[in-house]
Amino acid sequence: MANESILSVKDLRVRFRTLDGVVDAVKGINLNVRAGETVAVVGESGSGKSQTMMAAMNLLASNGEATGAVEYRGKNLLTLSKQELNKVRGRKITMIFQEPMTSLDPLYTIGNQLMEPIMRHRGLGAAQARAEALRLLELVKIPDPERRLKSYPHEMSGGQRQRVMIAMALANDPDILIADEPTTALDVTIQAQILALLAELQRKLGMAIVFITHDLGIVRRFADRVYVMRSGEVVEEGQADELFANPQHPYTKMLLAAEPTGRKAPPPGNAPILLEGRNVEVEFKIGGGFLAGPPMLLKAVDRISVTLKRGQTIGIVGESGSGKSTLGRALLRLLPSEGSIRFGSHDLSKADRSDMRPLRRELQLVFQDPFGSLSPRMTVGQIITEGLLVHEPSLSGKERDARAVEALREVGLDPAMRNRYPHEFSGGQRQRIAIARAMILKPKVVVLDEPTSALDRSVQKQIVELLRNLQADHDLSYLFISHDLAVVRAMSDYIIVMKQGKIVEEGPTEEIFGDPREPYTKTLMAAAIDETKFRQSV
Amino acid sequence: MFLYVFRRLLTAIPTMFVIVTLAFFLIRVAPGGPFNQERGLSPEIKANLEAQFGLNDPLWLQYVNYLKNLLHGNFGPSYNLPDFTVTELFAKGLPISIQLGASALALALIVGTVLGIVAALNQNKLGDYSVIALATAGSTIPTFVVAPVIQLLFGLTWMLLPIGGWGDGALINKIGPIITLSLPQIAIVARLMRGSMIESLRSNHIRTARALGLSDWSVVVKHALRGAVLPIVSYAGPAAAALLTGSIIVETIFAIPGIGRYFVDAALNRDYTLVMGTVVLIALFTIAFNLIVDVLYAFFDPRVRYD
Repeated sequence: MANESILSVKDLRVRFRTLDGVVDAVKGINLNVRAGETVAVVGESGSGKSQTMMAAMNLLASNGEATGAVEYRGKNLLTLSKQELNKVRGRKITMIFQEPMTSLDPLYTIGNQLMEPIMRHRGLGAAQARAEALRLLELVKIPDPERRLKSYPHEMSGGQRQRVMIAMALANDPDILIADEPTTALDVTIQAQILALLAELQRKLGMAIVFITHDLGIVRRFADRVYVMRSGEVVEEGQADELFANPQHPYTKMLLAAEPTGRKAPPPGNAPILLEGRNVEVEFKIGGGFLAGPPMLLKAVDRISVTLKRGQTIGIVGESGSGKSTLGRALLRLLPSEGSIRFGSHDLSKADRSDMRPLRRELQLVFQDPFGSLSPRMTVGQIITEGLLVHEPSLSGKERDARAVEALREVGLDPAMRNRYPHEFSGGQRQRIAIARAMILKPKVVVLDEPTSALDRSVQKQIVELLRNLQADHDLSYLFISHDLAVVRAMSDYIIVMKQGKIVEEGPTEEIFGDPREPYTKTLMAAAIDETKFRQSV
Repeated sequence: MFLYVFRRLLTAIPTMFVIVTLAFFLIRVAPGGPFNQERGLSPEIKANLEAQFGLNDPLWLQYVNYLKNLLHGNFGPSYNLPDFTVTELFAKGLPISIQLGASALALALIVGTVLGIVAALNQNKLGDYSVIALATAGSTIPTFVVAPVIQLLFGLTWMLLPIGGWGDGALINKIGPIITLSLPQIAIVARLMRGSMIESLRSNHIRTARALGLSDWSVVVKHALRGAVLPIVSYAGPAAAALLTGSIIVETIFAIPGIGRYFVDAALNRDYTLVMGTVVLIALFTIAFNLIVDVLYAFFDPRVRYD
């Protein structure tokens, strides 16, 4: 029984018809899942790992088409009628997704959404289904389940929503649970909780789990067997421990080595202070208005002091909602704040927009989302030289172009690409463009707001190295905002841990990582460090 | 919710005041007056009439008097239809316009929504293209073409419908005007519905519903449709205000005694009180329906809360 293969993918091909022609996303792969085991399908974005499982569940976008076979206990899911298929999916094979925030219907209560598949697949009445829903919420450890049945998704956090998704997926005692990057969108401490929950439920219920992930830490901890995918093909497969101990394919080796490594050289002890915030406070008003009473006040940043020296990198770490991005923006005076902010000899706390304008070129910002932060209607050349038009209006077109060439070369892009548009570039290339846009102005301080979070691990590593090199070449100071501790460690001299707008702990990088004092920092580290440890052992 | 509605009603007061004030002075800026007609009244009669209606008073006094009357619900007499007060004209015409408008709106919402869903479910297939073609025709062929064509075909050639007239509200007299009024609305609703339904069907929670093996009916109607009707609800508010207050073209061509023609007739004749009455009426309808839309929004979407 234990070795019986219950799901087998045979020569599966997935192609999408797009305006640019047919794109082959999955190119004839074979894959097996046995009862009760945990299989990981690993790969970076675009490897086809998600589309393989989407095809198996018949969830491909309308322009997608799958050929080959996906057999569940002898039935080919690709050729089943919709009615037959709906007896399998949601019942025998279920799936949870990467986007817990949007994967639940916002218009119905949790109870309603949980009861629906139970009633459909098991033919239970509403009262029985409700009792089942309650049991499932308890199973996935949602506090106060009775009340939560009546909650709407928007009233719950991302972690809780993912728990609800898991409850829905487990409602009908499935044979196989497909988990498509189930923790990628969550904070590290929540990630650890969700993974622990999945492992516990698997022990309890005995279903097979297919993990689709880019995160080798998860694979290492949970998977029995691994398939490594790249550009629509399986490049390597095997038992997890064997594969980690002795990777065969160069791509697997590269993935395993993709953790950002190395440490930043510290700035000289006598480096001058460049940017200093004292007791910085940012408050947001929520609601209020005509006859609506006074607004609610939310302290996003609560009396935080930061001292950034020339050549230094301060890592600001925290989970979503901790106020780390708000702090970065307040220090650049992009948000109104209380407290004092000094940049060199300038007092920024009283500066208005026009006072700030000449200083802006020295205080630059790079954002998280390399897809949203570049205008799709401008060429790369126009994007990166736009700041020069404001700050060095005397430059001629030719001089600007020369600067663009220089900036692109510096971030490791071919300057010939400057007449192309952003959509022609990959995520990593776009982030390089965003960095070039900041660097062309020759700034002194750069706030990097999660610059690597949207990128694949192997690309993250390159961007970290690029940022470190640029810093060394130009004596830059960075405020590096991230929730990713491995990246922060490779980048920073000093670390500030934030939670709910306050500093929990701060200190030199090695101290924070080597000997965290506060319980919150310890949880944060524990969630991340497993992965780091195993990587070092590889 | 109650507090919210109360607050919105309070904010309607200054809004109405601004609209009334603007309209009052704007119509006075237009040259001429209610009694300078082509046929020409003798100067004595004209002076008498103007004195009777207080048109010789300073403008600010006329404005103050108008506001006073308005607060008592009195729209004043019509200058050009002197046997009637504006209120009487509305009392007779408004129910007719509302009947036609409401029927046309209901028809448009039902047919448009269904067509939109059909198109979205058959995206880029024959069903979709047919709906788009129909919608394009519906929104590009003007009412003043559709109405005479209906009269010609159904009234004269096939003798199925009366050519025009209200006929004391007989159903058969309403069919032509209702179809004419609803065609462009069907087109707009179908297009809106198609777009928002396509978007809704692509959303992540629909993927979840499919992955859970729910039936097509549940996926499409329960999960996709409820989110997708929100843009239709938004559109229906202003559309209702416009439809219920009558259409000059349809009412003129089909000889319907509604209030749609008053707005244009009154403005051309400088029938100040009737113009003002129509403005107030349309403004009230618009404000009311926008409020209804916002309340409906909270009903459709639990994320919308107004306290």
